[in-house]
Amino acid sequence: MNGIHDMGGMDGFGKVEAEPNEPPFHERWEGRVLGLQRSMGYAGAWHIDHSRFAQETLPPQVYLAVSYYQRWALAMEKNLVDRGYVTAEELAAGHALKPAKPLERKLTPEVVRAGMGRSSFYRQQQGPARFKPGDKVRTVNINPKSHTRLPRYARDKLGVVERIHGCHAYPDSVAADKGDDPQWLYTVVFDGREIWGPDADPTLRISIDAFEPYLEPA
Amino acid sequence: MADHDHDHDDEHGSELSETQLRVRALETILTEKGYVDPAALDAIVEAYETSIGPRNGAVVVAKAWSDPAFRQALLSDATKAVATLGHISRVGDHLVAVENTPQQHNMIVCTLCSCYPWEVLGLPPVWYKSAPYRSRAVKDPRGVLADFGVDLPKATEIRVWDSTAETRFIVLPMRPAGTEGWSEERLADLVTRDSMIGTGLARKPGELAQ
Repeated sequence: MNGIHDMGGMDGFGKVEAEPNEPPFHERWEGRVLGLQRSMGYAGAWHIDHSRFAQETLPPQVYLAVSYYQRWALAMEKNLVDRGYVTAEELAAGHALKPAKPLERKLTPEVVRAGMGRSSFYRQQQGPARFKPGDKVRTVNINPKSHTRLPRYARDKLGVVERIHGCHAYPDSVAADKGDDPQWLYTVVFDGREIWGPDADPTLRISIDAFEPYLEPA
Repeated sequence: MADHDHDHDDEHGSELSETQLRVRALETILTEKGYVDPAALDAIVEAYETSIGPRNGAVVVAKAWSDPAFRQALLSDATKAVATLGHISRVGDHLVAVENTPQQHNMIVCTLCSCYPWEVLGLPPVWYKSAPYRSRAVKDPRGVLADFGVDLPKATEIRVWDSTAETRFIVLPMRPAGTEGWSEERLADLVTRDSMIGTGLARKPGELAQ
C-alpha cells in the first residue's frame, strides 16, 4: 500500500539525531512489547508480514505520532482482535474473558536461551530463476492497497540484477493470507540518477531486494 | 506519585503511563489465555540487554580484518561464516556482508520499517527506525553522513542497500591504518555499531578511550 511507512526519498523530516550510549530499551514496557511480539510469532499466531502490514495500515497521523514500540503494540492489538485471539472487550477489561484460541506452541525461557535465531524464509523453488546477475531489468509499476516490499521510489525504474538470494516466501502473498507463494529474490541495483533524476549525486547507487514478480526484462 | 500503578523503574508523564498500562494489560490477557509465558519475555529482554549487541558484529569484523580466509568466507556467505564462530547465536539464514573500500562506501537502511541484523548488531537504535533516516538515506546519503560527522571524498561511490526483504546486511568497514599486528580483541574495540551500518567509520587507534 502507498502508506506513510514507505518513506524512502521523502523530504522534511529533518536531521538524523543519534543518541549517545543509547540503551537497548528506554522503558520497561518496550521490552515487554518485543517479548510479546516474539512469543506470539513463535506460537504461530501470525506471520511477521502480518505485523508489518498492521503497522502500515495505522492512520498516517498515528504512525508518525507514536514511538516504534507503541506502533508494535497497536499492530499487535489489531492482529490479536482481527485473528480472534483476543476480543475488544478483553482489551478494554485488561483481562481474559473468553476461552483461548488454540496455538501450535508456546515460547518458553528454555527455547529463548537455546538460541533466538530468526526463522528461515527460504522456500522450495517453484521453477528456474528468470534472471541472473548482470541482467538488465525494469521494476513494475504497481500500487496495490495490500502489503508490498517494492518501495514507491523504486517502481518503474531500470536496474541491474546483482545477486540472487534463492527462493523466499513472498511477503505480498503472506500478508494477504494467500500462503507463501515462494519467489526468487534478487538484489537489484539502480543508478541514483535513474531514481532521483539528472541532478542526483552521480556517485550514488541504490539497491533493493526485489522479488521476481517485481521485475521485467529490460 | 499519584499513580500507584507505575512500575518502580519507570519515571514519566501521563501519556507514557497510559502506554505502560495498556502494555501491562496486553501481557496480562495473553498470559491468562496461556499464549505467552512471562518468563520467556524476561529471557528475551535479558538477552538483548546483556548478550546480543554490536560487540558480536565487532568480533566478526575484527576476525575478517585479521584472517584473509575468513574475510573471503564472510563476503561469500556471511551466514555460514558467522556460524563457524560459534559464540554468536544463530543468525538466521540471510546475512550478507558488504565491504567498504577506498572506492565504495556502503550504507544500510530499511526505508519501509526497521530491518536490521539483530543477531550481530543487537536492537536497532532509535535513529535507524526514525523517519529522518529512512527518508533520507536513499536520496541524500552524504547529507546523512554529515549528520554523523562523516565526510567522504567526492569521488567515493556511495552504495545504499535498502533492506526490503529478509536479507540482512552488515558493513565490513575499512581497517584503520596503524593497527598492524593488533590482536582481534584489540581490533574489535575499534569497530563501532555505526561503522557496521555505514553511518560511521571504524575508530582510529588514537580515538580509543584509554
